[in-house]
Amino acid sequence: MQRIRLRYTKRGRLRFTSHRDFQRAFERALRRSAVPMAYSAGFTPHPKVSYANAAPTGVASEAEYLEIGLAEARDPEALRAQLDASLPPGLDVIDAVEVRTSNFVERLEASEWQLRLSGVEPAEAAKAVETFLAAETVEVQRMTKNGMRTFDARGAVAAFALAPSQVGNGNDTGTDGAADVRTGTPCAILRLVVRHATPAVRPDDVLSGLRATADLAPPVPAEVTRLAQGPLDEESGTVTDPLALDRAAAPAGQ
Amino acid sequence: MTVESVFPRLEALLPHVQKPIQYVGGELNSTVKDWDACDVRWALMYPDAYEVGLPNQGTMILYEVLNEREGVLAERTYSVWPDLEALMREHGVPQFTVDAHRPVGAFDVFGLSFSTELGYTNMLTALELAGIPLEAKDRTVDHPIVLAGGHAAFNPEPIADFIDAAVIGDGEQAVLDITEIVRAWKAEGRPGGRDEVLLRLARTGGVYIPRFYDVEYLADGRIGRVVPNRAGVPWRVSKHTVMDLDEWPYPKQPLVPLAETVHERMSVEIFRGCTRGCRFCQAGMITRPVRERSITGIGEMVDRGLKATGFEEVGLLSLSSADHSEIADITKGLADRYAEDKVGLSLPSTRVDAFNIDLANELSRNGRRSGLTFAPEGGSERIRKVINKMVSEEDLINTVGAAYGNGWRQVKLYFMCGLPTETDEDVLQIGVMAKNVIAKGREVTGSNDIRCTVSIGGFVPKPHTPFQWAPQLSAAATDERLAKLRDSIRGDRKFGKNIGFRYHDGKPGIVEGLLSRGDRRIGAVIRAVYEDGGRFDGWREYFSYDRWMACADKGLAGTGVDVDWYTTRERSYEEVLPWDHLDSGLDKDWLWEDWQDALEEVEVEDCRWTPCFDCGVCPQMDTHIQVGPTGKKLLPLTVVKS
Repeated sequence: MQRIRLRYTKRGRLRFTSHRDFQRAFERALRRSAVPMAYSAGFTPHPKVSYANAAPTGVASEAEYLEIGLAEARDPEALRAQLDASLPPGLDVIDAVEVRTSNFVERLEASEWQLRLSGVEPAEAAKAVETFLAAETVEVQRMTKNGMRTFDARGAVAAFALAPSQVGNGNDTGTDGAADVRTGTPCAILRLVVRHATPAVRPDDVLSGLRATADLAPPVPAEVTRLAQGPLDEESGTVTDPLALDRAAAPAGQ
Repeated sequence: MTVESVFPRLEALLPHVQKPIQYVGGELNSTVKDWDACDVRWALMYPDAYEVGLPNQGTMILYEVLNEREGVLAERTYSVWPDLEALMREHGVPQFTVDAHRPVGAFDVFGLSFSTELGYTNMLTALELAGIPLEAKDRTVDHPIVLAGGHAAFNPEPIADFIDAAVIGDGEQAVLDITEIVRAWKAEGRPGGRDEVLLRLARTGGVYIPRFYDVEYLADGRIGRVVPNRAGVPWRVSKHTVMDLDEWPYPKQPLVPLAETVHERMSVEIFRGCTRGCRFCQAGMITRPVRERSITGIGEMVDRGLKATGFEEVGLLSLSSADHSEIADITKGLADRYAEDKVGLSLPSTRVDAFNIDLANELSRNGRRSGLTFAPEGGSERIRKVINKMVSEEDLINTVGAAYGNGWRQVKLYFMCGLPTETDEDVLQIGVMAKNVIAKGREVTGSNDIRCTVSIGGFVPKPHTPFQWAPQLSAAATDERLAKLRDSIRGDRKFGKNIGFRYHDGKPGIVEGLLSRGDRRIGAVIRAVYEDGGRFDGWREYFSYDRWMACADKGLAGTGVDVDWYTTRERSYEEVLPWDHLDSGLDKDWLWEDWQDALEEVEVEDCRWTPCFDCGVCPQMDTHIQVGPTGKKLLPLTVVKS
């Protein structure tokens, strides 16, 4: 059985797709494009697909990962293009490698997030981030299946700052500028790197932390995008490509 | 005039609501056309939640039929849940279509498909959110034409105040004819305003415009007569019938949602209409005559549909699917074709006979034989004669025995409670039947571990059926009868534990009955319920019987009639029924004779296999029964490896 790891996105309005919704859509795309899937045994055979670490509903992502098992070998790039064409725009398949290493999920050590805070001045957001980082721990609460839970949102944060485009004057135009081009209101953009820990600290929890430590309360819900997930380089606070090892392990000429 | 998308404003609300994906559109095979390149624009609504509305075949068919036409655009809209409704009101976001998020108020026609009367309050929510005046009389030339269709539209009188028009019967050709009339009127510069376009529609004889009819009442509250109040408006409005289903192979490109919905399968309607003649069944009466899709037409639709969707299940739909003249060849042919592809086949709505066990075995060739469902509908032989469901207890027991013998583990039996002339004894027979079924199962399998589930729905008399004159059983009497049955089942030592018992209380049935056989005076009740917060009446968690009863008291005050008058009262032969001017093709005298036959426990055969009984439909509508066999078979598909 050949196994292939795919990277896919949840963009624009399709960020409201829940993980369950995505699973159904993906499995139908497999059938439409007649991918020779390997199936599990049993009364109701299921195609072999495993998903890693899905982003929450409502959060956009440039870096979701899954792995499929095939009954017949396929060229990863051709398969990627075929699946991408079969999924609606916004759910885009953007990378594919043949699996040559194990422990993929363990390699997803951290995520890099972008938080767009419409209606918030970049300078104000930068100050709030400083206050947050200065704290040793930041207690936040979230409703979970087992009731309200209190935990630390600070410890898991590996890096947190204004997006590079907003550092200095930060006055370039376009969607990364200091003002939202659609509405003309100010807009702060933050870049956040969070370690995958237990309990999981989500961007939402960090935003709750900003409110708790620096009283920062954006007037509209933040638009959150996962930019990357993978191994964390502690030195630089950056997240690197989790598929790099599989690529490196490929025999020459592939 | 270009219409802007409301999506940017909606998007800001979506993080705060449950299941936001249902509001964003972008379904596979959905269509967004250029607004300015089209001159007739339809907003189509299934007035229930997205998860129920999206798979609706009627809406999906009309959406595709309209969008295939040059210069015509159709988009879909569904009921928003109360969490989003509140936010939309707060932020002034109008009712929107999910395709391009255009405001519903900007379309030319707002078409609603009512499978059930319980969607009426949801229509009012949508109208108000769309900024369309609730009552037709308050609308101007710039508002959409509000058009009702679907089975409930065969008695549109309860919503006569809120709709501009209703169409009864098959919609495929009808929506295109309406489109042409609206297009011509717009091209002429909309002469005569709203009244003129409605008049042009009314004069076709196939579109009902409630405002062009006056209803006169007698002193006792019954209807005196219903009279057209404009020249050229017909006394009766005809239903529409599509004769050749192979000419309408829709949906060709079924919608595939991202959100989870109630039916996730490729559905093919294998025939339309039913002449079994079950007297309680409105669908069977109003969709006559039987028109089969050919075996080859079905094969093509399944093939194309699966490729377009990636669904894993094919549903062969109709009112009684095993009655297709070539059903055995269809199921075998499809099971052979898709044996390798892990595509499941399902055949909802089948009758109780041995032949269906063979079919069921074919359908479950590769899978688990878990449960089979049969619908004897009535517990006693006598009541089955009353409702014309011709199944003997012996047939049923033999069929069930064959099912257990073939490895099926569970049998589910569906019944109704509250049928005309029904007594406690008829209902208690349901329990006896369930015991006999289990006894037979034990005998055949030699195992005591046999399950039988009994599921009971309340009977609601419907317009255009022989039972349209019948008294409905009150909620209290229904509950009492079901309690007796429950006790007799639970109290049985030998079988009680093996019988599952599912039923609903009688209250929702009374509201459905009020809306089904209501007249224009019920409009005030619906409006009162809506204004009091009534929504999603088909959902247990939202439905409020007490609210409906309180609002009925208020809405019907001064009319001299009440809920009992509409529901538990038996009608007489002479009475003018609120829907008499809507022509389903059924001869009222034939319906009355069939009602008398019911009371005398006389059965009527199926006219597919016996001579015509003069129900009136074929001559009145210039149609005929159209069944096979064609003698063709489904050949294996050529396998093209990708």
